Amino acid sequence: MKIAVCIKRTPDSETRFRIGASNSAIDESGVKFDMDDFASYAVEVALQMKEKAGSGEVVIVALGPDSVQETLRKAMSMGADRAIQLKADVIPFDGLAVAKALAAELETGGFDLVLFGKHAFDTSEGVVGTATAELLHLQCVTAVSKLEIANGKGSARRELEGAAELVEFSLPAVVTIDEGIARPRYPSLKGIMAAKKKPLESRPAQLGAPRVTVKSMALPADRPPGRIVGEGTGAVAELVKLLQTEAKVL
Amino acid sequence: MSNILVFAETRGGELRKVASEAVSAGRRLADASGGGEVHVIIAGPPGVAAKSEVLGRFGADVVLALEHPALGTFAREAIAATLATRAKSVGYRAIVLGFSAQGRDLGPRLAAKLDAPIVSDIVEVESSGADVLTVKHPSYANKVIVTLAITGSPAILSVRPSAFTATEAPRTPRVETIAPALDPAMERVKVTQVVEGAKGRPDLADAPVIVAGGRGLKAPENFKLVEELADAFGNAAVGATRAVTDEGWRPHADQIGQTGRQVSPQLYVALGISGAIQHLAGMRTSKTIVAINKDKEAPIFKVADYGIVGDVLEVVPALTRAVREAKQGH
Repeated sequence: MKIAVCIKRTPDSETRFRIGASNSAIDESGVKFDMDDFASYAVEVALQMKEKAGSGEVVIVALGPDSVQETLRKAMSMGADRAIQLKADVIPFDGLAVAKALAAELETGGFDLVLFGKHAFDTSEGVVGTATAELLHLQCVTAVSKLEIANGKGSARRELEGAAELVEFSLPAVVTIDEGIARPRYPSLKGIMAAKKKPLESRPAQLGAPRVTVKSMALPADRPPGRIVGEGTGAVAELVKLLQTEAKVL
Repeated sequence: MSNILVFAETRGGELRKVASEAVSAGRRLADASGGGEVHVIIAGPPGVAAKSEVLGRFGADVVLALEHPALGTFAREAIAATLATRAKSVGYRAIVLGFSAQGRDLGPRLAAKLDAPIVSDIVEVESSGADVLTVKHPSYANKVIVTLAITGSPAILSVRPSAFTATEAPRTPRVETIAPALDPAMERVKVTQVVEGAKGRPDLADAPVIVAGGRGLKAPENFKLVEELADAFGNAAVGATRAVTDEGWRPHADQIGQTGRQVSPQLYVALGISGAIQHLAGMRTSKTIVAINKDKEAPIFKVADYGIVGDVLEVVPALTRAVREAKQGH
């Protein structure tokens, strides 16, 4: 089985962000970047599938500047076979533009399965995976928390609001991965050494002109300071009164 | 003047709350562009057209009812194809959906089918010009608010649940039935089973009140205190922190936070939750926040409107009784 995993390099999610001088991007100084959490679950799923099948190929694809090569190497040190960088100076906020570039690359790859994270931490939109599937005319299953592939067919569990859906589909297909499906492995020393020799191709991303552009960025307003009503069960009556008379939510 | 297409989602034949919010957002967009029409597509089993009245109340001029026996479950490919066909034949300035499981699935499909620009999860439309729409979208797990300019039509927008208030703009819509552009019984992804969550509780996206528990509850069996307080409110959903879902105390779907659900209820009650950044990212936009935690230095108290310092195992049963009494007093 041939599996592609499309990953994104995003800032550490614990970062306390500042807005850059341009007012249209975050200030990246001192910010740590790594493989997006959801993307790392997708890589782990692909590696486990290959191991279970005993054969196959896992190819990692990432769009972005040369710094994404570090993230691609990390995926290979976890066990992926090779990687492709679709080179772009900046990753646009236009999810469809990114999907077009990925679809152009994946179209001729002969993949049985293409995996994405459910969404990436930075743009938090969840557009690229599903749009790529549509451009490739492939069936797409989103937000998958369990996935089984056997005999050219897939079955999956999807998380909905307050419910879950069990689905079946045939391959080739695009699947976007939710949290809870697998814990990504740490690269072993042997894996890190091996990754240095694995092939990493780089070619320009076919992005086209973006139609969604950042006008400005701002930090959300702080919540007004609250107050401690009191300590222990003795404060309950006062809290209920405030919820009734002040917040008017009870 | 330009028309807006809205997808009003249903589940089990009932309109979801975000459907009215999407119609209302569509109404405001149409009015802001000089009074275009709002066309709403609703899909479901036969009889779903009866929801037109509700859609009219929030500003639908035309309701296009897509009825089919196979639409008792969500048929993503058929609905996406039908929306795209309609958009191609009529031409719209924007297509509005909810940023829900359904909308997340449909929006990117539409964008690709129509070669149209898309922004997901918007909380505000800042301006709507003939060529450029400007919207606000929280990103980096709500830590940065991004203002985005979208060029071209139709702009595909999904609205964050609870971010747009459903306001009445009543009219009597023209109701038409439309045929699916693809047979909903022929979906390539077959739904074999829908596993419903906790019975009798609203979903986290729909609930006006959310009671959430964290590791301060000490043991999974103590989560019944959270359930009991939710029952006392009567209209509450139950959520949990990532620590709790990682421990397996609660299903993963209940997780509120950066990597889980993002919620904005009227009232959020945090029980035994310290307030890690990852959790705050999922609930800091709630209207009123109450926190009960034994550590008075816990970061949750920085975002809470009202806090009680104390052991949740002692305070919550007392609060449950008090809320029950307050409810009965009404």
